[in-house]
Amino acid sequence: MVIHRASPWTIRSAPWTEDFAGRGRSWLGANNVLSPAWILLMKYFVSLLLGLLVMLSSALAQESAPDALVRKVTDDVLTIVRQDKEIQSGNTRKAMELVDSKVLPYFNFQRMTALAVGRDWSKATPEQKKRLAEEFKTLLVRTYSNALTSYKNQTISYKPTKMQAADTDVLVRTEVVQPGSKPVQLDYALEKQGDSWKVYDVIVAGVSLVTNYRDTFNQEVRNNGIDGLIQMLGNRNKQLEAGKK
Amino acid sequence: MKLRLLPYLSSVACAVVVASGCATTASNPKDPFEGFNRAMFAVNEGLDVAIVKPLAQGYDTVAPLPVKVVVGNFFGNLWDVWTALNNLLQGKPGDAASDVGRVLVNSTVGIGGAFDVAGELGLTKHSEEFGQTLAVWGVGDGPYFYWPLIGPRTTRDTFGWLVDTYYDPVWRVDDMALRNSLVATRYIDLRATLLPSDKVIEEAAFDKYNYIRDAYLQHRRNEVFDGDPPRVPLDD
Repeated sequence: MVIHRASPWTIRSAPWTEDFAGRGRSWLGANNVLSPAWILLMKYFVSLLLGLLVMLSSALAQESAPDALVRKVTDDVLTIVRQDKEIQSGNTRKAMELVDSKVLPYFNFQRMTALAVGRDWSKATPEQKKRLAEEFKTLLVRTYSNALTSYKNQTISYKPTKMQAADTDVLVRTEVVQPGSKPVQLDYALEKQGDSWKVYDVIVAGVSLVTNYRDTFNQEVRNNGIDGLIQMLGNRNKQLEAGKK
Repeated sequence: MKLRLLPYLSSVACAVVVASGCATTASNPKDPFEGFNRAMFAVNEGLDVAIVKPLAQGYDTVAPLPVKVVVGNFFGNLWDVWTALNNLLQGKPGDAASDVGRVLVNSTVGIGGAFDVAGELGLTKHSEEFGQTLAVWGVGDGPYFYWPLIGPRTTRDTFGWLVDTYYDPVWRVDDMALRNSLVATRYIDLRATLLPSDKVIEEAAFDKYNYIRDAYLQHRRNEVFDGDPPRVPLDD
């Protein structure tokens, strides 16, 4: 995990406030904090600060885009996993709860399911789509949670995101770094919906966790229709649910 | 062994493929010999459950992390020589120079490759072998194969693997006992690094054979493009 530096405004007390509120000792050498030179300087300082703040907040708004989102969610999740001995010892249920609360809100499962199913998706009724997405979500959450339980001492490094201001589809690239072996590429494809970005694909070492199902799903739809696919997913989820706590 | 391996393996492959080719019901155009491959996959799964995986698990439990890191680094350093050459063959002299730098730094300061000092200095490790070089030269994937012990390879990557093995410094060690233990250690170490993904694949895959094949093909495409393949439109 790359330790991200505290942002400038979280520094507990800035030096100038200490000077001001303190004993009136300032680098101007004036003991009187209300001296004209001091006031002038403060005015200048305040305007400078305001300007800086405006610049920073616009930079922040830009960064609160997809890459910042991925970074925040990753940091949140790994902070918890690092402290949770139960997850580390393989408690999938606990990891799934974590994924449910911290990760799911940022995923677009309808789109993920559509991509996994491919062109058969258009043949499904709205009700079938809903059930498919529900079952596929359960399966993916379990896969993702399982991967979390094998977390040891890996760190995540973030690569620069290639992105234009008008882009609505972006790939955020990260790497799982582990000593003694090659880093594993972990990319997230995000799509802008209104004002918010949602993940619609997770790509591990170049392998899309979503489209990797396409061949299997196509085959099942060919053999047993959409309902067959729903049943196949449902059976697997039930079986996994029964198999472990 | 080295020189005789190639014609031997390819003739076996051809014979088996011809024998099983027409009997298969291939559903994926990239996998015309699915019947043969599934049989080999079953053989491999059997070997894995009976021998390879238990050994890897034992190694994983017994060896402390620093030992595993050193083992991984040591073999990685030997491979970096070949990586450099392949980067050169692929027309990437910058990457090749970086790889040479890695070998020089890690073999000396890194005590015979035990420590990846160069990585700490910012010389990123690259993943290259001859299969990727062939791909960059324009050789297509060809039919997909699943070989026992070797695992999944496209036709191109099978030939790439044969060339890799021929030039592999570990396979070139003269002392047979030493060579065999090195090859075995590297193999078990590699299998041990894959242990965490076992459970994930087991639960995620409906048809493990399919899942591994499709993942392998996507993964190889990613490697050929050095981790940044052109994005294909996903909706079809």
